[in-house]
Amino acid sequence: MTPPGTLRVGMDLVSIDEVAASVRHFGDRYVTRVYTPHEIDSCRGRPGATDGSGGLVVESLAARFAAKEAVMKVLRPVDVQLDWRSIELHRMKGGWCEIRLSGRAAAMAAEAGIDELSVSLTHEAAVAGAVVVGRCTSRERGDG
Amino acid sequence: MTVDETIRRVLSEHGRLAVPIESLGDDTDLFGSGMTSHASVNVMLALEDAFDFEFSERMLKKSTFESIAAIRTGVLEMTAG
Repeated sequence: MTPPGTLRVGMDLVSIDEVAASVRHFGDRYVTRVYTPHEIDSCRGRPGATDGSGGLVVESLAARFAAKEAVMKVLRPVDVQLDWRSIELHRMKGGWCEIRLSGRAAAMAAEAGIDELSVSLTHEAAVAGAVVVGRCTSRERGDG
Repeated sequence: MTVDETIRRVLSEHGRLAVPIESLGDDTDLFGSGMTSHASVNVMLALEDAFDFEFSERMLKKSTFESIAAIRTGVLEMTAG
């Protein structure tokens, strides 16, 4: 049983060039299999771009992918590949992001007693990264 | 091109492996050979293109992509019938 207040931390780094190459090569198939409509909308910022990005800010996509992977490290799935879209980075009006889970990801968080998730995103020229902290606040549930 | 040759071509082009594809055995751990989670998404999409199917949700788990043998099993299952 995970005591209330227990923290879990996940972090991940993603190459921005790799994400850009995926968008160029697979286009909408890549984007829509990994990102939610809200995430896609919040990563639009280069209208008329001719670099194959479809107007998407690939640094932002890469940071969101890193965050999704960091959430998976917090949830600790065992041979389960969660739908990437079940972990959504919801951009708030102030500019920061919050994590919203759905489907199996939400169920795993509930099973582990994780009621709060917090994320920080960053990117440099070549790499995007994210750190996610999950806090177990449930008294009656644990991580098994 | 055989199924195995196609899988190896896809891994060579999209797997971002840290070792030459020729050095991998059928059961070599691809994640242990440098394939990242992001690269595995590309491998999944490229396999769907190469074999003209879409992986079912049931197949979308890490073990499906952990080795050439595991990928072959998944591809043959998805293309059967």
